[in-house]
Amino acid sequence: MRLATPIGPRAQRTEQIILFRVSGQLFGVSAASVQEVRSVDSLAGSAADISSPSLQKVRHIVRRGDTSLFVVNGALHFGLPVTPGTLVFVLRRTRTALLVDGIEKMSTMTRLQALPQAFCHEERQWYRGLTAVDQGVIPVVNPDGFLTAEEVALLEESLILATTAKTDQTRQMELLQ
Amino acid sequence: MTFPAERGAQSFVLLRLDDRRFAVAAVHIAELVSPSRIFRFPHRTEKVEGVILRRGRIVPVCDIAETLIGKSFQARRFYLIVLRRYATNAEWVALPVTGECELITAEMTTASEIDAPYVAGWISHDGNVIEVLNVGMLTPGPIESEALNGAFAMQGAP
Repeated sequence: MRLATPIGPRAQRTEQIILFRVSGQLFGVSAASVQEVRSVDSLAGSAADISSPSLQKVRHIVRRGDTSLFVVNGALHFGLPVTPGTLVFVLRRTRTALLVDGIEKMSTMTRLQALPQAFCHEERQWYRGLTAVDQGVIPVVNPDGFLTAEEVALLEESLILATTAKTDQTRQMELLQ
Repeated sequence: MTFPAERGAQSFVLLRLDDRRFAVAAVHIAELVSPSRIFRFPHRTEKVEGVILRRGRIVPVCDIAETLIGKSFQARRFYLIVLRRYATNAEWVALPVTGECELITAEMTTASEIDAPYVAGWISHDGNVIEVLNVGMLTPGPIESEALNGAFAMQGAP
């Protein structure tokens, strides 16, 4: 019998994290996994609506060259009351742009404890683990945990359908003229 | 079948929920913790209220009262820290209890098939018959661990 040991306790490896709020709840995300932080207003020009009835948490996309980033509403993702998000985190090496309420502060994480096994549902995908900051406990989000491969496929399908419908509409308009 | 006389006496911690008492094998209990701040964050696992910080570890708080007495137990805030077995390791879980816990020695009768899954056995104390809890079946965890915990229950361990 052995007790589960926290991740990486031997060497004092530190990691910069961004503490951010969604609907009043504090979360952490590794600063290294955030490519950009943008205000919602600054993205308005490059954003478009997307509708996927089975995936309410994504309502907008942001065009980035050839690719599209899916804007995940943090409150809907975590099942929290919806608040008007003000910032978007573009998450590195993912198709996710995360809509959050605001940044609390930057902090240094010295120890990340694996999520206890008592937590056995979707949260295991959501979080890399838990960390203690300022005598509190903060869940550290997993950048890959906001959209599954199936959800990305579903969204891409919606995107193709929307593009096709728009092209058809344009052609009809041209024919009418 | 194992008879009490063959097993010998073991130590148990008696805990009280409302007006009922339950027992947990003492070897699986780390400590009784005074009221502590509970930290909550979004998740989807029922019966887990949040976590507490204890000796540098983050310990999940699992509400067992709903299953045992049919209602959530609010008048509490002591935590019995128990070692919970999983398939590959064991972790601490915090069970909310009143501060009224008692260490006793008794002989356990192993549970039968008709008992609830969370009952590991029975002990007799002060003229009462008290359920010995199988913590593995009372607290959430990965599904693959349930069979293992069932096996432990048959051996009288939580």
